[in-house]
Amino acid sequence: MGLAKRIIPCLDVDKGRVVKGVQFENIRDAGDPVEVARRYNEEGADEITFLDITASHDGRDTMLQTVERMAAEVFIPLTVGGGVRTLEDIRNLLNAGADKVSINSAAVNNPEFVRDAAQRFGSQCIVIAIDAKKVSAESEANRWEIFTHGGRKPTGLDAVEWAKRMTDYGAGEVLLTSMDRDGTKNGFDIALTRAIADAVAVPVIASGGVGSLQHLVDGVQLGGADAVLAASIFHFAEHTVGEAKEYMAAAGIEMRM
Amino acid sequence: MSETVAILDYGMGNLHSAAKALEKVADGQRIVVTSDPAVAIAADRVIFPGVGAIRDCMHELRSRGLDQAIFEVAASGKPLLGICVGMQAMMQHSEENGGVECLGLFPGNVVHFGERYGDLGERLKVPHMGWNQVQQEEHPMWEGIDDYSRFYFVHSYCITGLPEEQVSGRCDYGLRFAAAACRSNIFAVQFHPEKSASHGMTLLSNFLRWQP
Repeated sequence: MGLAKRIIPCLDVDKGRVVKGVQFENIRDAGDPVEVARRYNEEGADEITFLDITASHDGRDTMLQTVERMAAEVFIPLTVGGGVRTLEDIRNLLNAGADKVSINSAAVNNPEFVRDAAQRFGSQCIVIAIDAKKVSAESEANRWEIFTHGGRKPTGLDAVEWAKRMTDYGAGEVLLTSMDRDGTKNGFDIALTRAIADAVAVPVIASGGVGSLQHLVDGVQLGGADAVLAASIFHFAEHTVGEAKEYMAAAGIEMRM
Repeated sequence: MSETVAILDYGMGNLHSAAKALEKVADGQRIVVTSDPAVAIAADRVIFPGVGAIRDCMHELRSRGLDQAIFEVAASGKPLLGICVGMQAMMQHSEENGGVECLGLFPGNVVHFGERYGDLGERLKVPHMGWNQVQQEEHPMWEGIDDYSRFYFVHSYCITGLPEEQVSGRCDYGLRFAAAACRSNIFAVQFHPEKSASHGMTLLSNFLRWQP
């Protein structure tokens, strides 16, 4: 008996609707986030993540309402990310019913923000979202760099060093996305996942690239992830969360069934 | 007249989920979120939730006089439910924040997980975050929930040193710790029932019907 590995369906939410792009383009509409979250809960999802990809300020309030609706109906943990820049943003999301918030670019712009947030609200609700891209050549030792702006803007920050620093500052969990794999369906970047999972003392969620149920197993067994996040394989009913859990359990991974 | 269930609000964070979950399972009970000690004392049942760090939690409780309200409710025989940091605050002492004296409703102590290793020799991540199994001891609060069911935990500190008869649920994460504690009219859980899907809802529903 022990702690189960988690499956976290991720919903990219724009103006109150679930969307999912392939490498941030070619967006398809996939429904009402609360409806989708409820379906995932029934299928046995261990948590839900909403990523707010709304660019406009008005969209923020729509997101808060969506979070409130979800928290009133679906009783599993909810992480919300996207555009979290201030302590006020965090407070608003937590008050609306989010259990954790994920911080991405704001941490790159001001690393102390993560320390302040963890001190104010507790490490348990601060997730550091890391978007990393491989920058080393095939002949070199692996090196990944942090990118912002949907993978367009390099920062010069080494991903492993950054993960260590952010967890030292108090982030209680790492949401790790491989920008090389995101939307490709070729599986997680296992070497990246393993490097981060070994470097930090907090749980790591692997993200980016899931195209099959075996990829989820690999993220845990080869990458050392504590949780796996996926979007499109669940949205478009290629697989249910329940099927994914059964597959992982059959591979010998401890799951909540 | 219908019963009132008070959720203690001491300014530490989101009580929305706990309140919504209770409203979902309520059977005519009125759910109120309050920071007023008098409202808490007058309620038929009281829930003491908690998030955040223990020092701030104890400070906010005391500055609002809610610590005294908790003592009164505990002594009154009315059902009292502690959740997560609420459970930890019911212990004698926590080593978080350099050491903090707590309410002392239970003789246990709150300690950091520290460096722990799993069955395969892997280093266990802290916080202990996710769904873990709870081995139950006979108690009306577990009615309708299978032994070893999983609940959602998120914490870096855990409770040790409780007398056996006050441990109502055990969890394993590199060490065995008290996932649930009980003493006459008090029940306390380290996990979050309001985030533990159907088992959590059953437990909250049991609390609303519990006659200690």
